[in-house]
Amino acid sequence: MTVRSDVPGDVNADEEAVRLTTQPKPVGLARKGDLLGPLRRGWRQLTSMRTALLLLFLLALASVPGGFLPQRRLNPLRVNQYIAQHPGTGPLMDRLRLFDVFSSPWFSAIYLLLFVSLVGCLIPRTRLHLKALTSKPPKVPRSLAKLPVNDRWETVNGVDQVLDQAGAALRSWRVVRREHEISAEKGYLRETGNLIFHLSLILLLVGIALGAFGGFKGTVLVVEGKGFANTVASFDDLQPGRRFSPSSLVPFSVRLDAFRATYGPDGKALTFDADVRWAPLGGAEKRDDIRVNHPLDVGGAKTYLIGHGYAPHIIVKDSTGAVIDDRLVPCLPQNPQFLSTCVIKEANTTGTQFGFRGVFTPTTVTDSTGHVGSSYPGLRNPVLTVAAFSGDLGVDAGTPQSVYSLDTTAMTPVDGGQAHALLPGQVFHLPGGASLTYADTQEWATFQVTQDPGKGLALVAAIGMVGGLMLSLFIRRRRLWVRVRAGAIDGAPTTVEAGGLARTDPDRYADEFAALVRLLRPVATPTTSSTPTSTNQEERP
Amino acid sequence: MTDQSLGQLGDGLLLATVVVYALAMLGYAGEQASRKARRAVTSVRASSQVLVGAGGPSVSLPAETVTVERASRSGRFAIALTACGWAVHVLSLVFRGFAAHRVPWGNMYEFSSAVALVAVSFFLVLVARGRVERALGAFVMLPVVLYLGLASSVLYTAAGPLVPALNSYWIKIHVAAAIMASGSFLLSGVVALLYLLRSRYDAQLTARRTPHFPVSLGAQLPTAPVLDRVSYSVIAFAFPVWTFAIIAGGIWAESAWGRYWGWDPKETWSFITWVLYAGYLHARATAGWKGKKAAWVAVAAAGALIVDYYVVNIFVVGLHSYA
Repeated sequence: MTVRSDVPGDVNADEEAVRLTTQPKPVGLARKGDLLGPLRRGWRQLTSMRTALLLLFLLALASVPGGFLPQRRLNPLRVNQYIAQHPGTGPLMDRLRLFDVFSSPWFSAIYLLLFVSLVGCLIPRTRLHLKALTSKPPKVPRSLAKLPVNDRWETVNGVDQVLDQAGAALRSWRVVRREHEISAEKGYLRETGNLIFHLSLILLLVGIALGAFGGFKGTVLVVEGKGFANTVASFDDLQPGRRFSPSSLVPFSVRLDAFRATYGPDGKALTFDADVRWAPLGGAEKRDDIRVNHPLDVGGAKTYLIGHGYAPHIIVKDSTGAVIDDRLVPCLPQNPQFLSTCVIKEANTTGTQFGFRGVFTPTTVTDSTGHVGSSYPGLRNPVLTVAAFSGDLGVDAGTPQSVYSLDTTAMTPVDGGQAHALLPGQVFHLPGGASLTYADTQEWATFQVTQDPGKGLALVAAIGMVGGLMLSLFIRRRRLWVRVRAGAIDGAPTTVEAGGLARTDPDRYADEFAALVRLLRPVATPTTSSTPTSTNQEERP
Repeated sequence: MTDQSLGQLGDGLLLATVVVYALAMLGYAGEQASRKARRAVTSVRASSQVLVGAGGPSVSLPAETVTVERASRSGRFAIALTACGWAVHVLSLVFRGFAAHRVPWGNMYEFSSAVALVAVSFFLVLVARGRVERALGAFVMLPVVLYLGLASSVLYTAAGPLVPALNSYWIKIHVAAAIMASGSFLLSGVVALLYLLRSRYDAQLTARRTPHFPVSLGAQLPTAPVLDRVSYSVIAFAFPVWTFAIIAGGIWAESAWGRYWGWDPKETWSFITWVLYAGYLHARATAGWKGKKAAWVAVAAAGALIVDYYVVNIFVVGLHSYA
């Protein structure tokens, strides 16, 4: 049978039928004299797939220095170190914002352009997809034989019977029957998923922005027995968002009862626990155990355990024997075995002020040169080694000082700067009758409190991204057409033509198409199909 | 059995896996070698037919039949060996898990082993479903053997407990997804490289040039469109999984470190990898980027993934530096 010229469908309709994509068609150039022409062209350029692709690669490339160089937001100390080690290139790199990649103007420019491009691409696609969702599958193209998968056979069944059969076989498809033809389409969710994924990306950006503007992060060091309140004043370090208002702080307070760390025989940390009592403002006190991976959540403000260390308990007496200081001094760990350093300042002694530099070692070992070290992070053989200085601490000058550093410019070393190793309970006698006692050892923990108002939105967006991606990558959009022609004379067989098109995974569609055709095609009828059938009449289309 | 001997058993089984995989690789290579011999025979016959003239008696040479049989036997043997190796591989991870009383992906050694297992599993699935010829095995097993060999020599860590930061059920979810995606991505990277090799081979043939090693290996490979499709479908599977792994990591980071994203080096490189694979998926749908350019993007993305795991863990200081 030859293809007749009066087959319905014109060239344009054919083009529409085989354009199985929701990408907008390229639009012609703007008219001459159109003032908005250059703008429109620029917009079209920006929203083209090619530009989006370029911006994606730029985004990846721009992130690379952030993945190799130390970043100020994560580790300012290492950034300074790096700049000091590279006096030639370091400052230049700093000026190029290579140590603040993710807040640099060039990084922001790339992702903002990418998102503008994305919005510009999403709007027409959403419109097209909504149109596709509400419209019928396109008409049957003139030549089904030109489609990637196609078949043709003859049957004794009548035209209506074949079309009914086809309609039944295509029940899960969107089907439209036009006279003696059927157009069917399936897999609309692919584009729906695609749009959900990209919309979720925008939502994610909004969530991140909400957190960056309205959120805050504060860290505070607490020794056992002490606590803190969730107020701006109580944090040692506070990183508020640009639009953060202190009134949004959830009012609660936390007290650290005890901190416990356990270690394996090789010194690897096994567990960290902070036993706390906490209470909302004016509320009853509750107990909790803050661990790594287990923060305390009070009304959206989360308290994390982020660090720990030792705090020797010291007692200072003046020359009369009266206790002038009795407290826990937090020592900052310097290595994995918790060799820690601290500073003790005694400014409230009448007359001379005393300052001490201390090294605390939880499991103390002394090498041949007399240097102390620590061989294990657990508390097995604690020693506090102190060197004392007397004179002026400089704290009365009014300039703020760190509690972890000692300015000895106006001080003289006691005992020629000789360090004294103290075991728990031992006393360091100072000239003039004063003394420092290392009573015992407690621990400290650092807590971080964060509030991120954009977190929930970001999570919703993330779920949307995964869901949308799965739809858009696993669902295949495909079309199938059937055209039936009655025999020329009564009793002549009916001719059935079928063709299909899928943009993705054509192999799988070929199998699906074959299975569908098998349902429609009666076994053992003479065929004019291009696929040769085997002699035993087994159907293998 | 004590934990220690269980752990040692797991390590021994992994070494056995490497040996079996290496033997399988030889099997695949053997199949290809005999096929090549057959091709040579066929082409000799074809040219002699041309000389004699069409219509001459086409006598099938006994030598050819022998080589074909030997080829299929060698290939079947190789695929059986791969399956055996796979089973031993699974066992080695199971013993590791029992020895350490946790999921067997707590350090880089175990992680690498699990990633290789995913790659081999995916390859076996593709062969079983008829998506690729098993002859591809030689090219897949070579990097797997090298990778496992490196993992068990350089990255070796005895079975032991986890650092506190890793003690969370999220390690099951986040790391399992990351392993799943990484194994697939690395496989797709190998296939993309093979696609590039095959394309160059085809281009040289079209230009009537004789391909030399290693381009001449292209003759043993599936056609370029097949390799392109396989590489795409593996990435299309792995990309949502990778996205999920990053998101699960964010949820875990939120409960462990107090923020879901902080541009920690590992996070940054996961992001770069993600963006590059997103670029690949777009490139494949963009005129002028299909084919070779897209394949190069897939290779670059796999490179970023390797940086993410190995360079970041070993050389860059960050929150993920504990493995």
